Amino acid sequence: MSLRKVAVVGAGMTKFVRRALETGKELSWQATSMALESCELTMDDIEGVCLGTAPDSFDGVHMKGEYLSDGAGAWRKPYMRSYVGGGTGVFVPIQGWYHVASGMFDVVLVIAEEKMSSYYPHAQGAFLTIFDHTTERPLKPNLLWIFALEMNRYMQTYGISKKDIAQVAVKNKRNAADHPCALLGDRNITVEDVLNSEVLAWPVNRLDVSPVSDGAVALVLAAEHVAKRITDKPVWIEGVGWNLDTAYWTNRDLAYPRYVEYAARMAYDMAGIKEPRKQINIVEPYDPFDYKELHHLEGLLLADRGQAPQLVADGVTLRDGDMPVCPSGGLLGVGNPIAAAGLMKVAELYWQLRGEAGARQVPGQPKRGLAQAWGDLMQVGTVVIMGR
Amino acid sequence: MTLLKRDPNAPSAWRDEMQVTSRYTFGIAGERFFRAIKDDQQILGSHCNNCERTYVPAAAFCERCMNQLDEWVDVGTVGEVVTFTHLYVNYDGSQREEPETVAFIKLGDGGLIHRLVSSGSHPVEIGMPAKAIFKPSSEREGSILDIVHFELITN
Amino acid sequence: MSDKISNYPGTPLSEKEIRDGNVLSIHDQMPGDFSWDTGVAIGRYLAGLKEGVILGSHCTHCRRTVVPPRNVCEWCFRPMDSFIPLRDTGTVNTFSLCYVTWDVQRIKEPETPAVIEIDGASPLHGIMHKLGEVDPQQISIGMRVKAVWKPAAKREGAITDILYFKPIQE
Repeated sequence: MSLRKVAVVGAGMTKFVRRALETGKELSWQATSMALESCELTMDDIEGVCLGTAPDSFDGVHMKGEYLSDGAGAWRKPYMRSYVGGGTGVFVPIQGWYHVASGMFDVVLVIAEEKMSSYYPHAQGAFLTIFDHTTERPLKPNLLWIFALEMNRYMQTYGISKKDIAQVAVKNKRNAADHPCALLGDRNITVEDVLNSEVLAWPVNRLDVSPVSDGAVALVLAAEHVAKRITDKPVWIEGVGWNLDTAYWTNRDLAYPRYVEYAARMAYDMAGIKEPRKQINIVEPYDPFDYKELHHLEGLLLADRGQAPQLVADGVTLRDGDMPVCPSGGLLGVGNPIAAAGLMKVAELYWQLRGEAGARQVPGQPKRGLAQAWGDLMQVGTVVIMGR
Repeated sequence: MTLLKRDPNAPSAWRDEMQVTSRYTFGIAGERFFRAIKDDQQILGSHCNNCERTYVPAAAFCERCMNQLDEWVDVGTVGEVVTFTHLYVNYDGSQREEPETVAFIKLGDGGLIHRLVSSGSHPVEIGMPAKAIFKPSSEREGSILDIVHFELITN
Repeated sequence: MSDKISNYPGTPLSEKEIRDGNVLSIHDQMPGDFSWDTGVAIGRYLAGLKEGVILGSHCTHCRRTVVPPRNVCEWCFRPMDSFIPLRDTGTVNTFSLCYVTWDVQRIKEPETPAVIEIDGASPLHGIMHKLGEVDPQQISIGMRVKAVWKPAAKREGAITDILYFKPIQE
């Protein structure tokens, strides 16, 4: 199969906020307009639209794809909503990629939106619907359980401490202080702050968790011949991968995300990457909870099993370290409007690889980056590798 | 095959509810649209000069060209019946004694779905004008129900 | 990001602005009352629970026993070979001490959810349930536990027919 080269040529995003004045449609429109302006295109140039957004219950809008279509610029265009839970934000650019790589479209818009503040009284309630209705929900679980259970298993398996893990939250919230759209940037936060924040579901404390947020992000993708006319700094999508594990989450190894490894191997193969630890210069793994960043670095084969905390402790993952991880500030710092948060990571690679990340710019003119998200019932990995 | 055989003692179903409770705010355009209904008994549209369309309810942007819409217009309270239906069943499926009429009332290049009543004996016909009837100002709270219904203009 | 951009869209709203009526809002809910068919496998699982038995199913091809039971092995996509009664004892695979309700209200005594690997199922194959009759601070991964059942007369064929799992000495 011959696939066309696909580049990201424009990006836009709204601030990530706890509660936005704008509706979901309006947030989508703002991000979309900004992405179009950034590459000086108009809706006339857009041939197809891909939207990613998490469960309908989050916005309290049934058929959210249809509802958001006007803000996404989908009017009278081929339009599709994709959804793989929390993995959506990195899946929707994959969907955009195959729209263009296949030869069907030359220019597509990729948008991700979430407006979680609509859920009342608390967005956590929306997550109750993810548990099995007959075998789990009668136990009245909450979302924190599933993360706390996985984190505890990860810690126990490799002898990792809460302090090791808290360093991730500190790094990301500090990085986010340089992000103009961030909700929880904090230059002065310390490991003690994280460890002393209130316990929600041991071993998870409040500052181990990313904040519920509203926001939208948009990208413009173009085929090679068009991309070269639009910009002299296209950022190429070099590899994509996605993979799903069993839906019976209590029937698998909670200490290691095998599905992330499979998604990563698919993307590495496609990008021709043999030694990911040398060839990936920036990593944006999914970090809705701080331990997840470590979990995912191991699944991505960028750290040995149980050894990711050592990378953090050694400063390797700092913005000016050998392998910067979440230079954006991640979900822990910038915020977590589910699908939009994943696409924010891809947008971050775009800005970083173009040298346009401002105060967040990773030094040394990085050549290649990887963004990853995770979701569904703790079972899906989605990976995009981009290079210039 | 035993694996496909139902256990006669098995409960056939599990019952529960999925609680989805929301609080919606109305956004940039919606806030202004519903304020106008609440405070001024006005129905507002927003006009796109590029596409020559007036959106009702008013939108912050044009879905066709994605331009920001800054030109707000009062589209009046009288619109045209584009289509209608008579409803003989209630929300819960029970039968109604008197049908309720719901119509799409065109205002600007959009319009509203709302209840439609006729004070006279004239049957509803497509193309007839209908006027929004508002609640008294003290009872209006910034909701589509601040309009009680549309009333057919039959003279 | 792009150095050209100085202003990002998105306008934060505070709870106060809504409460004070400076910003309009409405409350609503999507009614979602359901009756989910239990199906063959979960139907049997629930019938088993009513009798005080935890049921799994076995795949000969993958040589594994799963719980809850299912008709099809998702690993090899072949039909499972048989339903198998498991024991009502197991090992704590992981646990949490949860100090908040689903809507993030604090509670004093933590809830104690756990994944319990059920004896007779394959390694790492368990179910989510709660722990009880134990000091939360004494819970550990690897702890041996046993189901505490509702009295037979009160069981209805539900996962809650097991009240919780309690530690056992062996």
